[in-house]
This record gives sequence, C-alpha cells and structure tokens, in this order.
Amino acid sequence: MNTRAVLLFALVALLFVATGVFQSWNLALTIFNMGLISAIMALGVNIQWGYAGLFNVGVMGFVALGGLGAVLVSMPPNFEAVSAGGGRIVLGLLAGVAVVAAAIYAWRRGGRYHGWITAAVLLVGFFVFRAILDPGVIAVEAVNPASAGNIGGLNFCADYRDCGWITLLSWPAGAVLAAGAAWIIGKTALGLRSDYLAIATLGIAEIIIAVMKNEDWLARGVKNVIGLPRPVPYEIDLQNSEVFTEAATEFGFDPVTASTIAVKLAYAGFFALVLLLLIWLTQAALTSPWGRMMRAIRDNEVAAEAMGKDVTARHLQIFVLGSAVLGLAGAMMITFDGQLTPTSYQPLRYTFLIWVMVIVGGSGNNWGSVLGGFLIWWLWVQVEYFGPLGMTYLTAGMPDGFWLKDHLQEAAQHTRLALMGVVLLLVLRFSPKGLLPER
Amino acid sequence: MEPLNALVAFANFVLVPATAYGSQLALGALGVTLIYGILRFSNFAHGDTMAFGTMSVILATWGLQAAGIGLGPLPTALLALPVGIAVTALLLLGTDRLVYRFYRAKKAVPVTFVIASLGVMFIYNGVVRFIIGPDDQRFADGERFVISARDFKTMTGLDEGLAIKTTQVITVVVAVVVVAILFWFLNRTRTGKSMRAYSDNEDLALLSGINPERVVMYTWLMVAALATIAGTLYGLDKSFKPFTYFQLLLPIFAAAIVGGLGSPLGAIAGGFVIAFAEVTITYPLKKVLGYALPEALEPDGLVQLLSTDYKFAVSFVILIIVLLFRPTGLFAGKSV
Repeated sequence: MNTRAVLLFALVALLFVATGVFQSWNLALTIFNMGLISAIMALGVNIQWGYAGLFNVGVMGFVALGGLGAVLVSMPPNFEAVSAGGGRIVLGLLAGVAVVAAAIYAWRRGGRYHGWITAAVLLVGFFVFRAILDPGVIAVEAVNPASAGNIGGLNFCADYRDCGWITLLSWPAGAVLAAGAAWIIGKTALGLRSDYLAIATLGIAEIIIAVMKNEDWLARGVKNVIGLPRPVPYEIDLQNSEVFTEAATEFGFDPVTASTIAVKLAYAGFFALVLLLLIWLTQAALTSPWGRMMRAIRDNEVAAEAMGKDVTARHLQIFVLGSAVLGLAGAMMITFDGQLTPTSYQPLRYTFLIWVMVIVGGSGNNWGSVLGGFLIWWLWVQVEYFGPLGMTYLTAGMPDGFWLKDHLQEAAQHTRLALMGVVLLLVLRFSPKGLLPER
Repeated sequence: MEPLNALVAFANFVLVPATAYGSQLALGALGVTLIYGILRFSNFAHGDTMAFGTMSVILATWGLQAAGIGLGPLPTALLALPVGIAVTALLLLGTDRLVYRFYRAKKAVPVTFVIASLGVMFIYNGVVRFIIGPDDQRFADGERFVISARDFKTMTGLDEGLAIKTTQVITVVVAVVVVAILFWFLNRTRTGKSMRAYSDNEDLALLSGINPERVVMYTWLMVAALATIAGTLYGLDKSFKPFTYFQLLLPIFAAAIVGGLGSPLGAIAGGFVIAFAEVTITYPLKKVLGYALPEALEPDGLVQLLSTDYKFAVSFVILIIVLLFRPTGLFAGKSV
C-alpha cells in the first residue's frame, strides 16, 4: 500500500469515528459491520470485473442465494414437512435435471431432426417435472403454514438458537450454493459478448429473486424467515449476566448500550476476520502466475488464446470464484440481519450500488474495492440521514403547510440515488481508474 | 367443443393484452436498438428514461386536467405527450452533452459508456422518485372500454366475453403510426439516411461529410420520443410506478437482442415474440383449453405453465435460446 491508500483509508476511518462521536457509536458500528460485508461484495465483483473483465450485473441474485444457503443450513429442520413432501421434491428436482440432460443428449445425438426432438423432450419433460414436484410442494407448504410451511435447515440442536456456531458453517454453504448456480449460469451465458452477458445476468438475478419469493417450501417465500441463530451472544443474555453488567458499570457504561455495542463488536470481529482472509487470498492470487494470466486474458483475449490459454474455462473459473465470494457476503449479511426477506432484494441496492463501490474504489485493485465498499456504504446510509436534515434547513424559510415544503421534505430520502449516480459519473470522468488505481 | 368460445377466450386473455404489451415493448426496444446502432452501447438508463418521460406526461396531464382541457373519450395524456417528449429530449440532450460526449471524443470502449449509463440510471431514478415519488400513479381518463365483456356477450350471444380497453386500441394505433413515421424518416429523409450510413460504417460516413454530432442529436431526439411514448402507453394500459419501469429493462433488452441489436425491424419482431411468449406462458389456459378440447381431454388444473412472477424467466429463456443458436438475433443485428 502506498501513501495515497493509507491517507484514503485514514480518511474513511475518520468518517466512522466522526459518526461515533457526533451521532452514536451504535450507529457507527452498524454502518461499519455492513461496510465490512459491502467490502466483501465489492471484492467479489472486483474478482470478476477487475481480474477478468466479466460484466456481471446479477450481483443481487448471488447475494440472495448466499442468504438462502445460510437459512438452509442454520435453521432447524422441519421433520413433519420433510416427511410429508421432501422425498417428492427431491425426486422432482432430480427429474428436472434428468430432463435437461436428456434434452442436451437429444440435441447432440438427435440426428437430422434434433431440434424438434429436443423441443419435444423439453415440453414433455416440463409436465413430468411439474407432475412429480407439485404435489410435494403442496404437501410441504400445507404443514403449519402460519409459522413454517418450509423444509427448514440442518440445525439439529435441541434448541437451535443454542447452536449459533452453525451459522459460521452456513457462510461457506451460502458461498457453495452461489458458486453452484454460477457454474450453471456460466456454462450457458459466458460465451456471450460483454453486454449480452450483462443482460443475461440481470435476468438471472430477477429469476433467482422470483424463485425465492414464490417457492415457499424452500425458505417461506415472502412470508420471510426470521429469528436466525447467531454466532454471538444475545443482548438480553448479556444484560442478565452479572459479570457483564458489573464490568460495564465499572467502566462507566450503561449495561443496555454496552450490550448492543459488545454484540456488534463481536460481529465486527468475525466479519473482519473473513475480510482479512479474503484480502490475503485475493492479493496472493493477483500476484501469482494465475493472476498474471487472468489480467493477460482480460487485456487481450485473442493474444492470450494464441498463447494457449483456455479463455472460456478461465472465465468460468473466475465467474464461479467471484460469485462464491458474493454468496459468502450474502450469507453473512443474513446472519447479521437475523432474517431473510426476499422482497428486500432490490437491484439498485444489491447490484448497482456494489458496482459503484468497485468503480469508485478502483477496479482491478482489491484494496480499492474495500475502500469503495466502506466509503460508498457510509455515504449511502448517511445521506438518508443528512438528506432530510439538509432539506429541513433548505425549506426553513418556507411557511408551514406550503405544498413545496412538504413535498421536498418527503422526497429528500430519494436524493441518495441521484447522489450515487453523480459520484459514479464524477469518478468515471475525472479519475477513471478509481480512487486507488490498479498498479 | 366450442371453438368459437375458445377463440374469444384466447383473444380476450392472450391475444389482445399481448398485442398491446408487444407494441409497448417494441417501442421501447426501438429506442434501445437506435442507441446501440448509432452510439454503440447498451443503454441501461433506458427504463428510467421511459419513467422520466412518462412522469413528464403525467405532470402535464394533471396540469391539463386542472385547466379543464380534455379529449373527451380519449385520455388527456395523449394531449400531454408533446410536452413530455420535449422535456425528455432536453434531459437526454443535456445528459449527452455532460456525460456521453466526453467519452465519444475520447473514443472510449463501449463498456465505459455502459458504466456511465449506470450512473445516469441512478440519477434519473433518483430524480423521478424525487419529483413524483415511488408510488403507483394512475392517470388514464376518458372512456375505459371500447367493447366491454358484457356488451360483447349480448352482441354475439357467446358465453365468453371479449373486452377491449381504449388504452389497448390507442397503444396499437399509436405504435403503428410511430413506427411508420420512424421508418419513413430512416428510409426517405436525408437525415435518416445519414443516420443509417453512420450506423453501418462510421468512418465511411465521416468521409462523406456527415456531421456525427448532428446524427447523435437526432438519435437522442428520436429516443426521447420513442421512450416517452412507450412509457406513456404502458402507464395508460397498466399504471405508472418507477420501479416497474426499471424492471421493464429486461424484456425490452431481450426484445432488442432477440430481434438483433441495431435492427429496427428486429426490435419490433422481438417485442411481439417476448410479449406473446410471456403472456401465453404465464396465463392460466384452463378456460381456453376447456372450450377447445373435447370434453374427455378437458384439463383439471389451471394449465398455467409458470406463475406470473416468473415472467422474467420467459424473456430470459427466449433470450438465451436465441443467443445460443442465432447469436446476432433473428434479423442479423450487429455484434461489436
């Protein structure tokens, strides 16, 4: 890291300290924790875009899949539902895979009429798939729909909240789920040109969200999964523990405030550990022969191919790796939020904001992505706070009840979208390589 | 078996809505394809351009309504269209001057333009939500139906009704008129010919003395008109909500790519392919099949192939199939 990087990181640190001093440390830590997760998401996009030039605008989908993976591992299993329809669902999904395999086989070996045969296989296969799957889905969703109606997860503890450590295992599980999806998508879409790939990934993200909203048996759909276990103690337990309250009072803190801050610090510890590990890994990868090969492919595909590099295979590899990092971040975010709400996944927030982070931070530079993650996330949260505040000052001269005043104050929360666009355009124009350019 | 009823049910639930939706998508895809052909990038801000144009039209409509000016049975929004187009044109020309022109002069790679369009998308999105808010707005007035289902039943004596909304007729009529003008402009006028020449071969066009900035300006003007009209028609037919317009990006791009990026004819064909596939696959066909098939074969279920929420999957699957087997689209667009 050079002086520029140190200075910029110091500046971002100062922003967080100022938030703590002037607003509250609780808020500063909340932003910091999501900043850590945003930095990991930005790293994931940077792996795909910065190393290999893959234009993935389906970030949201992989982040959501990571969250789904976290739920499917860390929540308790719903035995009744699984025995009611679990087997049928598994059978149905296997049938779906078999249909696709048969269609691919028919396409390759079908001879003269392979197009028609493939279409027929897919059409019949679709109805077979639905015929097997649907009764299973109905059976699972009928089991206690008000509070469950899903298959649950793999947390076999008597009280699932006691086994918070399982959430730590659910993070890599989220990564694996996202990576698996990325492999399937990459196999079909990576041959496409850059802006076709962008549209394709945009569509895939919407489809993933649609699946998560509709397939209630999977993770309750729009009924949301709440009360996920967590790897850190609960605030209420800390407040009830004498050791903690005594220690807090001794240092002159209010026990309630101290407990919330302690919990957030514990989260920050876990998240920072993951981030540092990832930075170490990505930096090592970038400086290795593999990293040089990737950049060579990015800068000139034709020349790299002429040197005997398998461009398509390397693209698939990096697409899967980057998506795994996005899934990991998504799983961590779900643990931090304590709930999975499919409706909250919006492309502006989970795809394009991450892109702003990468471009502003400096594409191709891992430290830049981390910096962009923290800076843009801080800005995103604070504008929501300062926007209405600033608007209050701006409209102070207007009489109360004046329509423009009411409208402006109500609309102030939308200023942050425009501001993000302005930041992106300014950086793209005046510092096109980002705040921390790639060396 | 009652083939006539089957036909009417099919027309009512699939044919008419899909034709209107297809016209809206085609107009949107024409804008995307024009930008791609002339400025050579995929404009991610197009959905939000449509939202901005529609918002301008809505505001002008409210103004006209307050002044008591209307079109009788037709929606007032038609009268407000020119205002909306003018405002949107100013916005697009301003954006081009502030953002895109710089990269054009530098001859930046297409992906830089795409990233810049992401920034523009954020700004338009914020501006629209700032001015009109993120909520649903209905602004269609005038007569609601050309033929209502009940009238149709009494008229023909069939069991099934056929409802045709005024907005659907207007959508199709306006789309046909706009497309006719567009093709006349591109094929018959000097400016249109210079635009096509520029799109085919930039260097050759420059050598022949075509002024690129003029071509670009005309492109943005046409895009402003197409986006505003497409957005307004969609808003009249359904309703206006900024987020829905952002989501229209996917079917519109799918339509443009399926038809072949850069090909106006392809954009229209693509729009209808996507619209018909989407409506047919997400609509429960039980009623139609119930009439069309002999009683023994009548389906028990709803025969809804996919739930409505999976409509994105339809555009997407068609897109992927076309790209895998015919990478330049149905009408051989260009690939940069």
